[in-house]
Amino acid sequence: MQPIFEYTKGMIPGETNYCPGCTHGISHRLIMETLDEMGKLGHTIGVGPIGCSVLAHKYMNVDMLEAAHGRAPAVASGIKRVHSDSLVFTYQGDGDLASIGAAEIIHAAARGEKITTFFINNAIYGMTGGQMAPTTLIGQKSTTTQSGRTIEHAGAPMRVCELLATLDGAVYVERVALNSPANIGKAKKAARRAFEIQDKKLGFSFVEFISTCPTNWGVSPIDAMSFLTEKMLPYFPLGVFKTPEGEK
Amino acid sequence: MSEKVLMKGNEAFSEAAIRGGCRYYFGYPITPQNEIPEYMSRELPKHGGSFIQAESEICAINMAYGAAAAGGRVFITSSSPGIALMQEGLSFLASAEVPTVVMNVSRCGPGIGGIQPGQADYFQATRGGGNGDYRIPVFAPASLQEGVDLVFEAMELSDKWRNPFFIFTDGILGQMMEPVKLPEKLPDIKREDIKKHKPWALTGYGENDAERNTVISLRIQPDVLEKHVHKLFEKYERAEKELCRVESFGLEDADVVIVAYGIVARIAKEAIEILAEQGIKVGLIRPISLWPFPYNEFKKLSRNTKVVISAELSMGQLIEDVKLGVGERFPVRLVGRTGGMIPSSLEIAERTKKILEEIGG
Repeated sequence: MQPIFEYTKGMIPGETNYCPGCTHGISHRLIMETLDEMGKLGHTIGVGPIGCSVLAHKYMNVDMLEAAHGRAPAVASGIKRVHSDSLVFTYQGDGDLASIGAAEIIHAAARGEKITTFFINNAIYGMTGGQMAPTTLIGQKSTTTQSGRTIEHAGAPMRVCELLATLDGAVYVERVALNSPANIGKAKKAARRAFEIQDKKLGFSFVEFISTCPTNWGVSPIDAMSFLTEKMLPYFPLGVFKTPEGEK
Repeated sequence: MSEKVLMKGNEAFSEAAIRGGCRYYFGYPITPQNEIPEYMSRELPKHGGSFIQAESEICAINMAYGAAAAGGRVFITSSSPGIALMQEGLSFLASAEVPTVVMNVSRCGPGIGGIQPGQADYFQATRGGGNGDYRIPVFAPASLQEGVDLVFEAMELSDKWRNPFFIFTDGILGQMMEPVKLPEKLPDIKREDIKKHKPWALTGYGENDAERNTVISLRIQPDVLEKHVHKLFEKYERAEKELCRVESFGLEDADVVIVAYGIVARIAKEAIEILAEQGIKVGLIRPISLWPFPYNEFKKLSRNTKVVISAELSMGQLIEDVKLGVGERFPVRLVGRTGGMIPSSLEIAERTKKILEEIGG
């Protein structure tokens, strides 16, 4: 009998350290399912971040390195120089990528590194306990903006896709959300396209996942989905910001 | 061995690294080591290698982390403030046991300091400038030939020990020209053969569900981390026995023993000749490895030694190891210059004589 569903070989079976309602599990799985479907699990090297997903190497069934905070794109650039025919990706949160690693991501994109970055934007620092991230919304409360973030004090949240799309080396830039089955389907397609663009050596590819953090937002998993949809998406519009010239 | 060629230090060290198998170099411009990224950007592609001008030294060391974890042989360089920025990465490499040879063409500090030569990064190099319990072997050449030989050898040693290695040189050695004999180039390791040499490397595990590799430094359970650090320190204990290197002479009957490394040791040798002409017997201990430090060499000091002098381009950093080597047996004094000032052999000789007079020699 033909099985109608199998758990992907791309994920190592077992429990994760993620909180209930956190979307890391979804983004992990759709990235790894994509690599599995492409037959690339054995030809991929992943680079994990510092943050809640610091243990991604325990869940993602590919060769993996755990980089210092923010440094994943530099590490991935080094790996890609040795294994130019392998797929190399980074998986990074908003503090890691948009704050301490801002130089690394911008320059990896500017160099047009043939790597793929998956950016988990949940508008807060997760692992350290809910401090303001570069993507924390105006008015959003965090442990370091206890009355809500204000523009006067901390500036406006960064839109990373829009920023990277200005760089010629970034050839594919898309923002997706993990708030509905339809959007999760689109997110998986984006992951596939990003890897395929890397495989064709067209340049740097980048997918931002608008994600949740019910624990540090201090809301239930269901309310977290509402916050994502009602508050985050108006500020972080979904869509494709950049595609390679001549790509079909 | 090829014939002797006249080369600038920075270029000779670069060529030695390539001949030692370096195919990946990542660097950021900083004086006085700019000839190295320039040389590597030009030469590495000819050897099938790769150069990236990194956006910072922080990124250079992390590119090195990636390329070396992927099984490539990596050489990177910077100068003092840039080496300070690399310390985070060095701690990660040491913990993850990833090889890479790092050269400091040092200048003087603190802060941005100046661009003239200095040795004030001695603590940073020998004590570990990054966080946590780890060690990095440090070799300090005193001539271009020694630098060439040490860079070449360190490329192999770093792989063998699965640990970063430091070459501690300075702006004088980087910028001066001397004749050197370059070693024969080592054969290339093909990408598909990396796993044979480095079974731990990240290459992708291929088709047959082979065991995958991870390169990590996070160990969140205290007992697991303690065990890991103990394992590292077993390696460092072996390194202390096997990697210690020193040159010395005249210790048996010396009135004074000068301890100096790198370019200062060369100046000290001339000072020792000047003092010998005046009937003052001076011996020399020149540590070639700064860590492990050749403490045992100090056992050779004769009981007639009146004073041990630490001569250095810093305000008393080497002297701490000298004191550990000497113990309570003899007085220890500093002959130091800093700020990029270089003592002449005459200055070292005169200050040595003055110290001898002061202690009643």
